[in-house]
Amino acid sequence: MNELLVFAEQHDKKISEPSLELLEKGRQLTEKAGVKLSSVLLGCDVKEIAGELIAHGADKVYLFEHEKLKDYGMLPYTRVITNLIRKKEPEIVLFAATTTGRELAPRIAARLEAGLTADCTDLDIGDYKDESGRLYQNILVQIRPAFGGDVIATIVTPRHRPQMATVRPGMFSVPEKDVNRSGEVVVCEAEIMEEDGRTIIVDSVKTPRKVDLKSAMVIVAGGRGARPEGFELIKRLADVLGAEVGASRAAVNAGWIPYDHQVGLSGQTVKPDVYVACGISGTVQHLAGMKDSKTIIAINKDGNAQIFKFAHYGVVGDLCKVIPKLIEKLS
Amino acid sequence: MHVIILMKQVPDTRQAVTLRSNGTIDRERTKNVSNPYDKNALEAALQVKDKLGARVTVISMGPPQAVEVLREALAMGADDAVLLCDRRLAGSDTLATSYALSRTIKKVGNYDMIFCGMETADGNTAQVGPEVAEFLNIPQITYVEDFKIDGDSLEAKRLIEGGYERLRTKLPALLTITSTANEPRYPSVLAIIRAGKKTIPTWNLEDAGVDESRVGLKGSPTRLRRIDKPRARGVECVLFEEEELEVFLDRLRRDAVKLVQKR
Repeated sequence: MNELLVFAEQHDKKISEPSLELLEKGRQLTEKAGVKLSSVLLGCDVKEIAGELIAHGADKVYLFEHEKLKDYGMLPYTRVITNLIRKKEPEIVLFAATTTGRELAPRIAARLEAGLTADCTDLDIGDYKDESGRLYQNILVQIRPAFGGDVIATIVTPRHRPQMATVRPGMFSVPEKDVNRSGEVVVCEAEIMEEDGRTIIVDSVKTPRKVDLKSAMVIVAGGRGARPEGFELIKRLADVLGAEVGASRAAVNAGWIPYDHQVGLSGQTVKPDVYVACGISGTVQHLAGMKDSKTIIAINKDGNAQIFKFAHYGVVGDLCKVIPKLIEKLS
Repeated sequence: MHVIILMKQVPDTRQAVTLRSNGTIDRERTKNVSNPYDKNALEAALQVKDKLGARVTVISMGPPQAVEVLREALAMGADDAVLLCDRRLAGSDTLATSYALSRTIKKVGNYDMIFCGMETADGNTAQVGPEVAEFLNIPQITYVEDFKIDGDSLEAKRLIEGGYERLRTKLPALLTITSTANEPRYPSVLAIIRAGKKTIPTWNLEDAGVDESRVGLKGSPTRLRRIDKPRARGVECVLFEEEELEVFLDRLRRDAVKLVQKR
């Protein structure tokens, strides 16, 4: 094995947090596999932030600076990273599963005809024996929920290189910054072609986030069992508790509450002190986003619901009866 | 204007799926539906058809029963449909699937736009759209909530973390459409009956010009090593009945669980 490459996403000359989280996991994997941890950084005038990547654990940073790389553009970024991968032949390439990583990684994987596993919740180094009994050692073990979150799949890429994966943001912590760490910044030449200019950015607009699930101490969340009338009660309870309102994918898909509130694999990952799951059955999809909450309280009619296997406290009952009583007792 | 839509039949994730012992999904014991996000993609194309006039072709890859997805699409207003169906496709991962779909699209030919759902409800990978676009060497814009066609280019609103960006790209292009983009229409009873009578062509690998060595398990770089039911944590859940809320709240207080935050 030679190196593990992490794509460092930057916006306005700031390395995104999910990319730094990859360095945390990347260090564990490279130590296990005995290889170097490298990172690739694209931008314009971003030399000064290359050191950030080294301070957070990278041994080497491939730096590409070009006017046409200033903001993320799928076509030029695909070209530059694909060429780097062809030249350096890393064993493993990781991307954060952000809106950028989730479209850039498959584009690169298809160009390289490499395998790609989406939205991993964990990674490891391990062995795999294929159908013919051939053993592959020290390969990337990719773990992710599948089938809408009902099961956990372990996926490997035995023969093709690089082994590529996108990793769900919020699964690992940002590594401690050490300004004394040493590493190498390799300045590289970006080759961009005319056809990479087929798409241009007209403008970019920030919309203020109304829901702040990440920093909430308490979240009251509703699922399929809540129904629209349940969400009215959930909002009232959240108000009484000084909490934010969360929701499962089922509730968001049903149109009962906007996407900003979604917790889970295709929503946000949260770790509040208290998570109150109301009418949530507990699919892997949802658990992936909240199972690390300090205390989990479940309110569900079905005493056999999966969520009770993850909750510390449970109330078996109809949330439309339970929540009004809680509001009354806590007001 | 010719718009191609990629649609997939998925297990209804509102119900638990049944797995076989080898970890593959038991489709006979699982109810199947059209991937909900693909209906947003189809709706986006039908709106183009209503406004500017367009031919809408729907392609699906899957077992014979995936034809149900195509019938539903025809009933909603699509003009043509093709089912790519071949046993040799079984076990294809996203790369192999994208390759097979891109060959089928080339065979259908002469497209201006390709729309997909933003992801599927079963795999949630969101990889097939970008991979198909790469195999066809056309630009893609993902997470599109709104777009405007302007001659031989289009401008799209792409949702990103904390906001959105507006991108302009040359046609042909592939867009993946978000669930917030529109409300998919319901077909009329008459349209359902009419779609039921239509013959939908089923293509095998040779019909679509797909190289057998690049699909199925052997054409797929990734392998499923194992599949597990989620592990429950070791902690025993303390359960209360609906009538014991006072006891429940006392227990939380005793365990120092701080339910009420100060604003």
